[in-house]
Order: sequence, then C-alpha cells, then structure tokens
Amino acid sequence: MSDPAGFGPDLAEVFGPSQSDGGPDLVQLLTPEGERVHHPEFDHDFSAEELRGLYRDMVLTRRIDVEATALQRHGELGIWAQLLGQEAAQIGAGRAMRPQDYAFPTYREHGVAYCKGVDPLRLLGLFRGVDQGGWDPNENNFGLYTIVIGAQTLHATGYAMGMQRDGVVGTGDPERDSAVLAHFGDGASSQGDVNEAFIFAASYNAPVVFFCQNNQWAISEPIERQTRIPLYQRALGFGFPGIRVDGNDVLATYAVTKAALQRARDGNGPSFVEAYTYRMGAHTTTDDPTRYRLNDELEHWKLKDPIERLKVYLRRNGLVDQQFFDDLDAEAKELGHHLREGCKALPDPKPMDQFGYVFSEMTDEIREQRDGFAAYLASFEESH
Amino acid sequence: MSANTQKITLAKGLNMGLRKAMEADDKVLLMGEDVGKLGGVFRITDGLQKDFGEDRVIDSPLAESGIVGTAVGMALRGYRPVVEIQFDGFVYPAYDQIVCQVAKYTYRSQGKVKMPIVIRIPFGGGIGAVEHHSESPEAQFAHTPGLKVVACSNPVDGYWMIQQAIAHDDPVIFLEPKRQYHADKAELDESATPEPLFTSRVVRAGTDATVLAYGPTVKTALKCAEAAESEGRSLEVIDLRTLSPLDMGPVYESVRRTGRCVITHEAHVNLGMGAEVAARITEQCFYSLEAPVLRVGAFDMPYPPSRIEEEYLPDLDRVLDAVDRTFAY
Repeated sequence: MSDPAGFGPDLAEVFGPSQSDGGPDLVQLLTPEGERVHHPEFDHDFSAEELRGLYRDMVLTRRIDVEATALQRHGELGIWAQLLGQEAAQIGAGRAMRPQDYAFPTYREHGVAYCKGVDPLRLLGLFRGVDQGGWDPNENNFGLYTIVIGAQTLHATGYAMGMQRDGVVGTGDPERDSAVLAHFGDGASSQGDVNEAFIFAASYNAPVVFFCQNNQWAISEPIERQTRIPLYQRALGFGFPGIRVDGNDVLATYAVTKAALQRARDGNGPSFVEAYTYRMGAHTTTDDPTRYRLNDELEHWKLKDPIERLKVYLRRNGLVDQQFFDDLDAEAKELGHHLREGCKALPDPKPMDQFGYVFSEMTDEIREQRDGFAAYLASFEESH
Repeated sequence: MSANTQKITLAKGLNMGLRKAMEADDKVLLMGEDVGKLGGVFRITDGLQKDFGEDRVIDSPLAESGIVGTAVGMALRGYRPVVEIQFDGFVYPAYDQIVCQVAKYTYRSQGKVKMPIVIRIPFGGGIGAVEHHSESPEAQFAHTPGLKVVACSNPVDGYWMIQQAIAHDDPVIFLEPKRQYHADKAELDESATPEPLFTSRVVRAGTDATVLAYGPTVKTALKCAEAAESEGRSLEVIDLRTLSPLDMGPVYESVRRTGRCVITHEAHVNLGMGAEVAARITEQCFYSLEAPVLRVGAFDMPYPPSRIEEEYLPDLDRVLDAVDRTFAY
C-alpha cells in the first residue's frame, strides 16, 4: 500500500507492527524460546564454557544496571542511563572485541565497558556528578562516555584512520591487526556526524564497525521518526555492507560483530551492524515511558529477554548445574555490594583540582583565577 | 641579506613552517578540503602532499565536522592533526566538535588525555569575496574554555607560530589573516630564536596612546602610528598575537605609561575581544587611564557585500578618529 502522495511503501509495510520480529533478514542463532538455530553465513561453534561465560557477563551487566538504577532512586546518583534489555547486544559486541580493538561508547555502554575491563564503579562517577569520565580511555581502549549524540562515531573513524597509519590493519597477524567499534543508537542515525562518519570511513576504507543498538526508541520518539527504511539498509548507500542481527541474541550478536571486526582488521573496511533490540527501561531514570508507549509492547519484548533465552538453552542442554547459578548469584551480589559501597565512598571532586584539568599545563590566567578563588574561600576561614 | 635569511610572504612562511613541523615529527598530519594536490585554495599546503604522501596530507570529504571529529580520534591515537578549515564562515558545521569535544576532552578525562590539534582558519575580509568568506569568528572560540586561540599578523610570525602551535599539547585555533597571505614580504631568519607562542609583542614603541591589534588589523594600526607621527603624536602598537590566553602584561605596562588605549579588530565590537581586553585594562589600570578604552571593529550586522567592505572594515581613519576621541576626555 502506498502513501497518499504515492511515494514509497507504507511505513507499517517496511517496519511491520510495533511488535515486529525484526524482519526476514534478521540474523539469529538462538530464538527467544532458547532454541539454537543455524545461519549459513554467521555462525560460531560455541563451547560450553563460552556459553556460560556469555550468560555470566549478561547477568552481571544487568546487575550493574539494577544496582545503579537503585542507587539513583536512593539519591546516590543524579541520573542513570539504563540498559535493561540490551545486555545481549552489548555483551555480544564487547566479547567480539580483541584487547587491541578500541570501543567508542555513547553513555549507555555499561556492558561494553565491563567487557573492556573498566571497573563498573568508575562508570558511576559521571552519573553521581563526581567526574565527567573517570577512566583513562587509552588504558582499556574504551573512550569516554559521549553525551552529544553521535559525536563519537567520528572519533572512532579518526582513531581507525590512525590505526591504518600505524600499520596495524591487514598484516595477517592476529595479535596486531586492530579495529574500532563505534557505538550509537537509532536516534543518532539521524545525526550529521554519524552520516559524516560513514562517509569518511567508506572513503578511507577505515577499520571501523558501526554498531547501532536500535532499541526502537530515542527517548519518546519511535524508530519510524528516524528512518523510512530499516537502518541496516542505509549502509549500502554509503558503500559498505549492513547487517541486522537479533540484538537480544547474544550468540548472533557475538558472531556477527566478530565477523565484522575481522573484516575490518583484515583491511576490508567498515561495516554496519544493526543490533535489533529493545529498551525495556526508560531512556534514563528521569524519563517516563508510560507517556509515549504502550505497555503491551514492553510485555511483548519481555518474551524476548536476552538472558532468559540463554538460560533456557543452557539448562535444556545440561550445560549448567545449580552450583553454577548459585556461584553466579553470589558473584552478582558481591558486585552489587562493590557498587553500593563504592559509590557512596566516591570522593567529591575538589574545586581547586578542576582548574588543573582544562589544559595539559595550567595557564597563568587559570592559575590566577584558581588562586583568587582560593583566597576568597580562605577569607571565610579567617573570619571564624 | 645574510645566508640564513630570505624574503617571504605569509603564505610562504606558513608553508615552510608546516613543512618544518612535519619533518620534525612524523605524527604530524595535515587534513582538510583540497589540501593535497591543489595545495589548498590559498596554496598554504602547496607541495606538501607530494613530499609527505597522501597518508600525511589528507584530502578530506567536504564535511567540516567530519574533519575535526576524525582529528579527535587521530589525536587519541597519538597523532598531531593540523586541520585546515577552508574559510572562516565554514567552521560552524564543526562548531560542536570543536567546542564540545576538542575543547573538553582533556578536562573530561581529568587531564589524562591530550588534544594536540591545530585548527587553521583563514579569517578576516578585504578580498572581495562572496558571503561566508570574510568573517572573524575568534571571540566564539576565545570564549570557550579548553581552546587556545592565536592570530598571526606577518610572514615571520606565521613561520614560527604554526610550528609552535603544532608542537603544543593543547588544541589551538590558529587564525591566519587571509588578506595578508600573498601581500607584504618580510625577511625571515630561520636561525633566529622565536618568542614564545602565547605572548603579545610591542611592534612599535610610542608614548601618547596605545593601539592594540591582532591579525589583519596590525598592519592598519602600524599605518595609523605612521600617520599620527606626522601629526606629532606618538602611538605604541601592540600585536596581541594570542587571544586565549591573553598576554596582558605588555598591554598593562604600555597603558600605564600612555593612559590611553584603542583596540581594533575586524570582528564585531559587541562582545568581541576588545570588550574583554577593555574590561581587563579597566580592572588593572584604572588610575592610569585618561580616557575609556575605545573599540574599533565591525558593526552589528553580518559581513556586507564586498563592494562596500572597505567602508565596513576598520581602517586608518576610523582608528585615528578613536585615538583622537581618547584625547577629548
């Protein structure tokens, strides 16, 4: 059915109903019911240990999110960007990376940060208001959280161009060859920076994988507001392949991202992975999704929960025993304790230190301002 | 002329300086539109791609945000990108990347990450161009913490300042007065020791009033001083050179002696560099001032059609008129 003007298909025809299953091109290796299916192009022979590891990662990632959300409710964080429902997309992508690969996150990549070895406690600093990114990006090859939507995709592309110049692409040495994973969401796909990143990456054949978590919502705006075609199909227009993967299927996300990263490391250029997923929580803890979306949509996606389906598969195939779950539960509790106690113990930033962060070396101008402010503060001490 | 000196234009000085910087550090990369084979629309990068290759002199797609945004990524990887914005009026698509990313990355990382990026911008008018080719956006960047902003005014400074900016570990907005690119020549002695980058300089000593300028208006100010001298008035001219941070020491010293100060720039007077400079002079030299600090710059309108740009740009008469007014108090 065409729209009244006669241009193109009806949106519903392209996207399906809002409870869409992702369409016929969706790469899936594990169904929502926990059934293992195979894909002719993207598959991976997962060992029992790998499967247990991915399950563990997702459970711990959800625990980080649950704890941080609770900390916000208790007033310990000013805000928190929840990832509930996106654990498979983030763990699949994060675990597909090698240590030498570099990730550029939005502000929601808590699972990817965890995979890159960033202490989850350090993620809280930004949301508590004690810093604006408490980690050294080059220590874990994990960029700072970037709040201006899509800006980091250009940083990712430039970083990948740097890798090309360093001769760490296409050498055939698996320890050396490197790639970049650029994270962004469906909303960001409308940003100029993201589109410019696609063009630069294509033009220079840069080793970057554009990893879009399409969680269906950009705060209150549905995916239909951002695009009239499935996002992964946009890649072709920029001159590189795009793939849609079930972002709630950690196995498929892992397999597809691994292939895309290898393609980039081999010197075959950028690609686009659309992880088709769902933001089960609010945009952030200040958001109220009941104002703009129906509860039955959420209920539908709950049936596709990324953790449950792997749990079913592990159990059904006898790959886990009760001890595994007990141990993981204890580990998650320990992580929760670490986050709760650690968050409250995060030291407040010192006003005087802030002056020293603006430049690599403090300028005389800033030193003068710092000293003036210090003298002003000291004047209160003297008056007591 | 000694063996070490040669007469060069500003364009040549910048070109030689870029070459020196690229020879000194193989992490230095040039990026921008048409900077490769063409050598840039003003030929500032002439011949550099031929000598340093396409990996180091990178012709970029036509997207300013893309150029600056990818430079951020390269800086994170350890490179020292020098990006060329083709014209002042084209910098705005990159404004977010400059102000939110380039300027803040060091602060956000609590000093862990350095952003040694130089953003070269040909600025100012007087070349008979169409709109968006004659603007002076310096205050927008000087207002942003985390950026350093400098403006060269002559060939010798161009040669040294571009090398110093590239060697500097913080982001530098590097403003080049495009009208001067192929104008006056000056004698460059490559064996000389340059002054530090973030310093202002007295370019003509005087006793009766101080005229402050930077970039294209330095030449105007020097002409003013010559004209005033023939009328028996001695003007001291200071080339500010650095707009953020400002180097006010020589300015205060001068104004305390002369008691009168006029600042001129092509940018809009309203909330321009002159406003900040005047405020600081008032704070520091209040009892030395015989008159308020006066500003000569652009009116609050967009840059006009080029047939009347010389009416709009601050010139010798308008600056001297302001100097006269400081004597009327």
